[in-house]
Amino acid sequence: MADASIIPAGITGMFDLLSPVAPGWGANLLRGLVRSLQIAFGAFGMGLIIGTFGSYAKLYGGPIARDLAAIYTTLVRAIPELVMIILLYYAGTDLINRILEGMGYQRVDISGLVAGIVVLGFVQGAYATEVLRGAIKAIPQGEIEAARAYGMSPVLMMRRITLPAMLPHALPGLANLWLISTKDTALLAVVGFSELTLETRQAAGTTKAYMTFYLAAGALYLFITLFSSVILEWVEKRARRGMPSVKEAR
Amino acid sequence: MTATVAVAADPFQPGAAEQAEAIHIENLHKRFGALEVLKGVSMSAKDGDVVAMIGGSGSGKSTFLRCINFLENPTSGVIRINGEDVKMVSDGHGGQVPANRRQIERIRSRLGMVFQNFNLWQHMTLIQNVIEVPVHVLGMKRDEAMAIGEQLLERVGLSAKRDVYPAYMSGGQQQRGAIARALAIQPRVMLFDEPTSALDPELVGEVLKVIADLAKEGRTMLLVTHEMKFAREVASHVMYLHNGIVEEEGPPEELFGSPKSERLKQFIRTIS
Repeated sequence: MADASIIPAGITGMFDLLSPVAPGWGANLLRGLVRSLQIAFGAFGMGLIIGTFGSYAKLYGGPIARDLAAIYTTLVRAIPELVMIILLYYAGTDLINRILEGMGYQRVDISGLVAGIVVLGFVQGAYATEVLRGAIKAIPQGEIEAARAYGMSPVLMMRRITLPAMLPHALPGLANLWLISTKDTALLAVVGFSELTLETRQAAGTTKAYMTFYLAAGALYLFITLFSSVILEWVEKRARRGMPSVKEAR
Repeated sequence: MTATVAVAADPFQPGAAEQAEAIHIENLHKRFGALEVLKGVSMSAKDGDVVAMIGGSGSGKSTFLRCINFLENPTSGVIRINGEDVKMVSDGHGGQVPANRRQIERIRSRLGMVFQNFNLWQHMTLIQNVIEVPVHVLGMKRDEAMAIGEQLLERVGLSAKRDVYPAYMSGGQQQRGAIARALAIQPRVMLFDEPTSALDPELVGEVLKVIADLAKEGRTMLLVTHEMKFAREVASHVMYLHNGIVEEEGPPEELFGSPKSERLKQFIRTIS
């Protein structure tokens, strides 16, 4: 009888620890998850915007724009992300405050969320630049030429032809970037931002239930990935709607 | 949308009485680095003219056509489209670029270009390809563009392919679709850049038939082609280009019947 109750007691204990209501730590983990997702979304979105400009600069820009884009992608991709994050997080906020003080304004407290998004977005942008540049190059040039020949302005052409036509070529790379973005949020733990990993560490450290909390965190990251895969698969299917399946061309 | 209504209100029929100059080009030069592809070509097309340009590969005929809607910037020369002189400025490297992007866009939106490789937009269905420029460049209402687009697809025999993506159509179908896309902008002039060169031999006929029908209804066209027999049948004026200059030009009977230049005689012999 006593033996039989050990395992259930252990599991109930685990559930008690993970319960969303105090004294359980579930609410902390979920709060961390939400913050991680906010940063991942923001950074990925910012990366897409930077990447669009970056790829256009590299492909169509003048010499200065091309060089600037090349320096940006080279530097960001050369430096380890962790170093980049620490550098930008501390040096970046310090720089902004120095500039503000120099201009006679008050120092500001930059929220961890915004700083996290900007730092990771800056890193993502460099990779997105290359993904989008490759995708734009994969568009048959005749389609771009047709858009020019029919009097489309550069902005209209980007919106109606270039972006939708490059999407199927970009999606596998962008899906990678999104998944990397969700996991890179964990790096922000080193600068003290309470995202999922830091919340997990705190919960585990306090309760000494390391296995329980890190397994739970792992499950949450896995859940993000699985859910993302479903969405990404649907988006890719839609983006490729005009293209015959690769199998047919085998 | 019955056939009778469509015919009565066909917005594509150019006025038969007009004889204004649609394209006027003087002394066009085009240089790619050290290579001078066009060495002073002039031409003029009035409304209703069908001008065919023939010549060997590398003669500059495609480049000439692409200079007309500024897919290539001519190095020098006068280009007047719809009576409007295109303003050019120096690019600082010995060439010139259009001074006003909007003028070029406006002119382009009145020239219906048909490419050798069709160049339909692959992410759009056929009907979406056809209404794209009327709706997004010319600002036509979607319903109206749709009605016109469907009429045009019927004309080129592709009503059944309305919602099909280009990748699922044959070359001949894609090229007929591309012609419908060009017609949808109600072009002042149709520009054909070797429209049948990329087609399988058995598909050439269906495309030529559509083009011949357009010529018959008095549409102004500029046609770069390798199809000598076809050029002879549909053109009102033929230009033979060799090494970037017009070696000989004239009405087709004259040009093909009694060619004067030795080169043209030789060219006609090798082609036919």
